[in-house]
Amino acid sequence: MAARFHRPDPRRTVVLGIAGGLTAVFLSAIGMVEEFIKRSLVDPEVVLGYVTIALVPFVFAYVVARPPPVREGIAPVRPGPLTLAAGAVAGLLTASVVSLFVVITTEVNVRGVLQNVSPPLLETLTFHRGVGQGVVWLLVGGTLIGAGGAAVHLIPARYRRPVVLAVVWVLIFGLLQVLIAQIFRGLKVGDTVNPFLYKGSRGLTIHGAITVWIAAFLIALSLEGQREAMRRRLAEATPAVRRNYMLVGLAVALLILAVTPQILGNFLSEVLDLAGIFLLMALGLNIVVGYAGLLDLGYVAFFAVGAYTGAVLTSPSSPEWNPAFTFWAAIPFIMVAAALAGIIVGTPVLRMRGDYLAIVTLGFGEIARILFLSDALKPYFGGAQGIIRVPNISIGPVEFVTSQDFFYIIYALAIVLIYVSWALQHSRVGRAWMAMREDETVAEVMGVNIVAAKLQAFIIGAILASLGGALFAHKIGSIFPHSFNIVVSITVLMCVIVGGMGSIPGVILGAIVLVGAPELLREFSEFKFLLYGALLIFMMQMKPEGLIPSRQRAQELHQDEAAQDAWLRREALGDTEPEPAK
Amino acid sequence: MSAQPLLQIRNLSKAFGGLMAIQELDFHVNKDEIVSLIGPNGAGKTTFFNLVTGMIPPDAGQIVVDGHDIVGLRPNQILERGVARTFQNVRLFPNMTVLENVLIGQHTRTGTGPVGAILRTPAFRRQEEQAVEKAKETLAFFGSRLVGYRFDQPANVLSYANRRRLEIARAMASEPKLLLLDEPTAGMNPRETAELTELVAKLRDEQGFTICLIEHDMRVVGRVSDRVVVLDYGTKIAEGSYHEVANDERVVEAYLGTKAGKAAS
Amino acid sequence: MSDYGAALRRRGLELFSFTGGFLWAVRIAAVVVVIWGAVGSLTEGRLTFDQWKNLVVFGLAQGSVYALIALGYTMVYGVLRFINFAHGEVFMSGAMIGFFAARELNQHGLWSDRPVLGILIVLLVCMTTSTTVALIVERVAYRPLRQRPRLILLITAIGASFVLQYAFRGLFGAGVKSYPSIEALQGSWRILGFNVIKTQGVVILIAFGMMALLYTFVERTRTGRAMRAVAEDQETAELMGINVDRTIVTVFAVGGAMAGVAGLLWGLVFQQVFFFTGFLPGIKAFASAVLGGIGNIPGAMLGGLVLGQTESLGPSLVLSGLGVPSAHQLKDVIAFLVLVLVLVFRPTGLLGERVAEERA
Repeated sequence: MAARFHRPDPRRTVVLGIAGGLTAVFLSAIGMVEEFIKRSLVDPEVVLGYVTIALVPFVFAYVVARPPPVREGIAPVRPGPLTLAAGAVAGLLTASVVSLFVVITTEVNVRGVLQNVSPPLLETLTFHRGVGQGVVWLLVGGTLIGAGGAAVHLIPARYRRPVVLAVVWVLIFGLLQVLIAQIFRGLKVGDTVNPFLYKGSRGLTIHGAITVWIAAFLIALSLEGQREAMRRRLAEATPAVRRNYMLVGLAVALLILAVTPQILGNFLSEVLDLAGIFLLMALGLNIVVGYAGLLDLGYVAFFAVGAYTGAVLTSPSSPEWNPAFTFWAAIPFIMVAAALAGIIVGTPVLRMRGDYLAIVTLGFGEIARILFLSDALKPYFGGAQGIIRVPNISIGPVEFVTSQDFFYIIYALAIVLIYVSWALQHSRVGRAWMAMREDETVAEVMGVNIVAAKLQAFIIGAILASLGGALFAHKIGSIFPHSFNIVVSITVLMCVIVGGMGSIPGVILGAIVLVGAPELLREFSEFKFLLYGALLIFMMQMKPEGLIPSRQRAQELHQDEAAQDAWLRREALGDTEPEPAK
Repeated sequence: MSAQPLLQIRNLSKAFGGLMAIQELDFHVNKDEIVSLIGPNGAGKTTFFNLVTGMIPPDAGQIVVDGHDIVGLRPNQILERGVARTFQNVRLFPNMTVLENVLIGQHTRTGTGPVGAILRTPAFRRQEEQAVEKAKETLAFFGSRLVGYRFDQPANVLSYANRRRLEIARAMASEPKLLLLDEPTAGMNPRETAELTELVAKLRDEQGFTICLIEHDMRVVGRVSDRVVVLDYGTKIAEGSYHEVANDERVVEAYLGTKAGKAAS
Repeated sequence: MSDYGAALRRRGLELFSFTGGFLWAVRIAAVVVVIWGAVGSLTEGRLTFDQWKNLVVFGLAQGSVYALIALGYTMVYGVLRFINFAHGEVFMSGAMIGFFAARELNQHGLWSDRPVLGILIVLLVCMTTSTTVALIVERVAYRPLRQRPRLILLITAIGASFVLQYAFRGLFGAGVKSYPSIEALQGSWRILGFNVIKTQGVVILIAFGMMALLYTFVERTRTGRAMRAVAEDQETAELMGINVDRTIVTVFAVGGAMAGVAGLLWGLVFQQVFFFTGFLPGIKAFASAVLGGIGNIPGAMLGGLVLGQTESLGPSLVLSGLGVPSAHQLKDVIAFLVLVLVLVFRPTGLLGERVAEERA
């Protein structure tokens, strides 16, 4: 049977087209476009601001034109002329909404309310050509970009991913110029490669961009289909072989870690240090949320306990009591303090259901911050003035001063904690946690002591976070209560959720990307939390198991199984009590 | 009946709001016995299991296992005293592997904590190896169905019948004295039912478990039970061998009105 | 062993088990601390009787704002069984847009010349804004996730909360916005021996009017009945021909409208609004909802009022008496402690939950 052409739903096209327009207007009105316009990705024309606003009709048109998934028993449809038309219409609608916005805000001054809708923004949106000509440009451009977004579906399936991926890589090379140029410099090839790729600090050169695109395209094309094969090979390998793979991987990772600070230099090491501290916390939260399934929103409290205990014990100028220990001597005390904090937070919430637990832990996090800030405890923790002069860490005569030095301490500890997480996950304790996460009632009936398991999770999670906190105090050299607000808790939670709850590689990826990237991309820092929030919503709808799920196979089969489960439950249910909804 | 029964229930009552789910129930299971608990839908059979395993507290009465009153203990403590169960609507840990599910059953029979796990002490390794060994043995009880490559598959990829088997394996792994099976053949086809019936007998004869099961399929009940207890509206209306019970007038009466309903459920 | 003996043994075990003992210690400590502190403050006589009465009035005003926000939490929890974490931001959005409306009216003189009309207009603006925001969040973030695990919904709600906060920051700036004050509401009334600051009086009046309106709506109208039915049992309600989707939308809309009212009242009492304004009142309103018994509408109102008083009186009454310096700084701690203590010791709240469900 010949495949029919895809006919996109007209109503959906209109709705999404207008939604795209509103999105674009929103991005302009919060100042994102104007902030991003200064950043050049490919010299001279491709600037981040325009890329951002062009992405909107592109993505919406892509979604509008996406043909339905191929299903058994239903004749497949393939993209055709109408696909392109729908994309173009959606793009045109998006551009129309933006044009309308431009026209209105030119006539009416709304700057008193929407502070970012300024004349420069309007000039940017009209390409500095005045309203009349600018609107024409907008409409034509929107239509073309929309058609372009739809055209992605016309690319033969084999090339679609490589083509798009290669474009993404060009953008990444442009965005992360600082990082990539520094890597080449660190590898001693910077003098030859960088002038070819980059034009000063103004992004990629045109030939650089083309080179990156071609290279990325070829690599992606050759890797297409390989991933599945590699995964299968790994899954079929005997434990001994798998162990060897792991050892080799570990050795390579260690080697890379050892040279990283030298290659990256001080500034980038600083970024990685920060990401590393969040990684330590994320590993701890992964135990609490990922393994044990306890959504802790006040995790920053343990971080604060670690930082304050460390600071009080080591700083020669801590207010009430200053034994001026070394970092190493303070560690046991920090761990004990964290364990106590874990018990204090953990005990009251033992019998609470999941969402109550989240709010109550959030409350504990705020309580910790308010207490550290308060005048009542000022004699001990310094109130708003915090604690200063936290000394550097030293091993024997070697003092760790620069961020490059700290990198080694942080990531050495990270490796230890990664091992600890792994060891716990593959043990009786870890199994009890996971059982509890999956079905608390049944876990208890099968012999798991819920009280003990939850407290263990809280205590161990608290200790991990407190170590991160202590390192943070030594790294910054002084601590203030405002460093420990809810935003830290949410950021750590983001790392765990986006990476993949319960998955150690996921958590590592989450911490490095979510904490490291915004530091590198200063333009983003203003919008960091907006993007975090949007990412959370997006992930929960599209990929709640995270980027690197902990059990690939389980997730792949999840949906059919869930349907089957539901059917069976109806089939098998006969007796008195309704089962508690989970 | 010379020895003390393994499970002795005295005067057990439980109400949900105004509904008496269990009313002054007296009941016992002797060691090495297979007792079937039958009754129409809503008779309180599952509630009875929930009470015995400590999932809900009784309003009154005693539950004595091996001479000790277990009322008021947490479910995990009751499991430790030797009562394990399966669920009517299979409740496995779906994202954990087959082997891990069985290992959870052994939770109370093993004892290393977090420190041992982190340091990977020799004691920890030994115990872990033994536990895995024992889990594999337990799974081997079900023939070739749950062994080999199945060990590392998540429970949610198993077929329905295999899930039921895995749930029994999980309960077996906790080394219970008393095994409570809640409708082990529900949702199975006739061949699987026949096989499971044999398995229940083997659980007692070869593995030495004492068994109390809830069952709707009268052929299964007739084949495996030493004794049958009939519940209706939370009270015991009959007790005895299968034949005695099947010919009891009150039982027939209790069932007549619900037979059609049962077939549909 | 007799039944009775076994029961006693159990009770004993409970008391001496680790958690049981810990919780009893907390219970006793809480009572001792409150009594000790109260006796301390009252004997010291740091505040005059009139000052105490002022604190009560302020607590009432603040509490009625909490109560209005709490209604949204409790209603959404009633039908969907999850904590709409973004509800605090729904409240903030009303307060924020209300500010712009009030400022505009003030420039035209309407705000001080005809305060009743001015307040009415701004009230409408606040309610419309908050309702719209609540509906957008429901449509975009929550509706695609019906029937998914509650944890996923909660995480989504946290995400929505962040998006709203920082969207408002981006759109309207990070600065603190000050509501213009109304001349007609300067000064105070003398009511029943209480010295009632006029703004606070108006706030209390509006809040109680709105709550009465809402209560009538839920109890007396067809839509209200549908809401209660869906809260009771979604499936059965659907089988009885109730449009569950539409009812859920109504719940979000009504909850949003109440949050909008709270937004205006916040502006009147505290005058200051910025993008983070929704966070603390949001959490406190949730605490109120839990305090009253989540899912229970009169409970949310009562919970809000109780929490308002606790927060207003607590620092001066208990903490100062204990010799804690600058006790007012710890005001927020009290709210959180109340939340924790309620959840630990009386999780069904003061009036009992209307949500019949196993506590997992």
